[in-house]
Amino acid sequence: MPKPAIEIKNVTKIFQGHTGHPVTALDHVSLTIEDNEFFTLLGPSGCGKTTLLRLIAGFEYPTQGEIVLFGDSIRGLPPQQRPVNTVFQHYALFPHMTVAENVGFPLKMQGQRPDEMTRTAARMLDLVKMADFGDRMPDQLSGGQQQRVALARALAPQPKVLLLDEPLSALDLKLRQEMRVELKNLQRQTGITFVFVTHDQVEALTMSDRIAVMSMGRLQQEGTPIAIYEQPVNRFVADFIGETNFIQSTIAGIENSGARCTIGPGTTLGTGATADKGKGDAVTLAIRPEKIRLVKSDGAADGLQGRVAECIYTGTDTNYQVELENSDVRLVVRGRNAITGETLFKVGETVVLNVAEGAARILAD
Amino acid sequence: MRSSTTSGPNPAGEKQFVIGRFPGFAATSWIFLLYLYIPIFLLIIFSFNASHSATIWHGFSLEWYLKAFGNDDVQRAAVNSLIVAFIATVVATVVAVFAALILARGGRFRGRGLSYGILMLPMTMPEIVTAVATLSFFTAIKLDIGLGRVVIAHTVFCIPFAFLPIRARLQGMDTTLEQAAQDLYANEWQTFRYVTLPLLMPGIISGAMLSFIISIDDFIITLMVAPAGSTTLPLYIYGMVRMGVTPEVNALSTVMLAISLVFVSTSYLIGRKKQAGTANQ
Repeated sequence: MPKPAIEIKNVTKIFQGHTGHPVTALDHVSLTIEDNEFFTLLGPSGCGKTTLLRLIAGFEYPTQGEIVLFGDSIRGLPPQQRPVNTVFQHYALFPHMTVAENVGFPLKMQGQRPDEMTRTAARMLDLVKMADFGDRMPDQLSGGQQQRVALARALAPQPKVLLLDEPLSALDLKLRQEMRVELKNLQRQTGITFVFVTHDQVEALTMSDRIAVMSMGRLQQEGTPIAIYEQPVNRFVADFIGETNFIQSTIAGIENSGARCTIGPGTTLGTGATADKGKGDAVTLAIRPEKIRLVKSDGAADGLQGRVAECIYTGTDTNYQVELENSDVRLVVRGRNAITGETLFKVGETVVLNVAEGAARILAD
Repeated sequence: MRSSTTSGPNPAGEKQFVIGRFPGFAATSWIFLLYLYIPIFLLIIFSFNASHSATIWHGFSLEWYLKAFGNDDVQRAAVNSLIVAFIATVVATVVAVFAALILARGGRFRGRGLSYGILMLPMTMPEIVTAVATLSFFTAIKLDIGLGRVVIAHTVFCIPFAFLPIRARLQGMDTTLEQAAQDLYANEWQTFRYVTLPLLMPGIISGAMLSFIISIDDFIITLMVAPAGSTTLPLYIYGMVRMGVTPEVNALSTVMLAISLVFVSTSYLIGRKKQAGTANQ
């Protein structure tokens, strides 16, 4: 059993705020990041994800708890003694050094011989497709190129873990999509554990092996992108990642694999696992908009009936707001548009809603 | 937005607010500039005058420059001025670098505001007060080290001038660069040596240049503390003027002006070049 790359053991970080009141940035967080994993810390700004990254890098020290790197505690070690490198949000390239000098800097600090240093720097620049830019100064590069140089510089000393602090947030959309693929490839190629911080759920879902969702300094859920998306454990995770319909309801009865919940007079919905709730309990249901299929109503069809209240065209899909019959619940339903590009339903049309098996989830809180 | 304000006449015919178009603005500016620079301009012109007169032009000549440079007393005074300015600049700049590092990067500590105040005090103190105080202090402790007295006094009032540009530079510097250096295995000394110091250099050079020209033209404090035989150039020029303004004085003053101009422009150019080099975001 190989040792995990990073073990965060019950870490708490309290900052002294400007007003003198202590601010808890991390509240008893425990996490395990495996070796050779693309691990993402995901959450809104102020959730503590960057603080956790800075604790791993050594720019801050935990108030309580411990961080273990490949089996060794790194308590009290300054950043330069940790085999961990950071790619900063604004790259932090040294403006007075050329690109090659920037990439060579960590090697020089480690005492590599100049010729060896030059070779390693060139290989790293090659890896990020910046081989021809060694003599440039950082301010002669575009944002995307600076990003690559920052990556090469952080990877040059072959760290055991690479920390990335929202490195894509300053790039425009096209470049960001390109860099996602490249980052993922780079991680596979180098075999280095990547810890990636972002507030962008799409980034997290597309690149990560595993994701930790954080909010208010607490860990909300840890798991693969599919698990996080399909089985959110609470309302925060369901709401933060992707789009979700929340429905307040009560459990009308327990069935063999789930529950039947009342969502309006005479209207019920079958759900997945019951999350330890019993008959009569008030629960929150979560349904993803794309798990519901709309069908034209012929008047006699059974199932949930509704009326299209609004259509929002988004290109490939249309988001329909559907008012349920006999209920004041409004659901967002995502439907693919026709091949000709037209939306399939019009405002005011009555429709039947087919909810996929287990698509409605009972949230734990 | 930008293109519409810069591309030709405004189609809507709206008048844009440009302070330079105020009535009388141009005239006032010109009067001000003439008021400032006519005396200096005349001083330079008459330093090249071929006669002994400081008011009537008799033709071009370098006679007064040759005479001034050939004067042993002038040479001695110039050497004294350079020695004082050089030592005062070096010491003041080193002190200013440390002071700026502590005040801008040392975090919060007791007496930080007070330290800043004390450091800047020589700049706001009436010079005559400093001069008299320094003189009586030197007399009281019987400090008799010739030109050294001038060096010490100059170092003190040069510190705030060296400090200001260095601190400004430090405050504008991104601390993540230093964090990045540490993250990339530089220890504290290496971080300072390879990242902080090179980035701080334009500020340090500005500060040093400023110190140098402040020191080289100081008069009041030097007059008080300089013992006999430690005459500096401004003191010597003053002595000459008391016997009447000659073109030789003009020539010396012009040389000092030239030195100041060289230093100030160098400092400005270095500052501008490095500034462009740091804009990387």
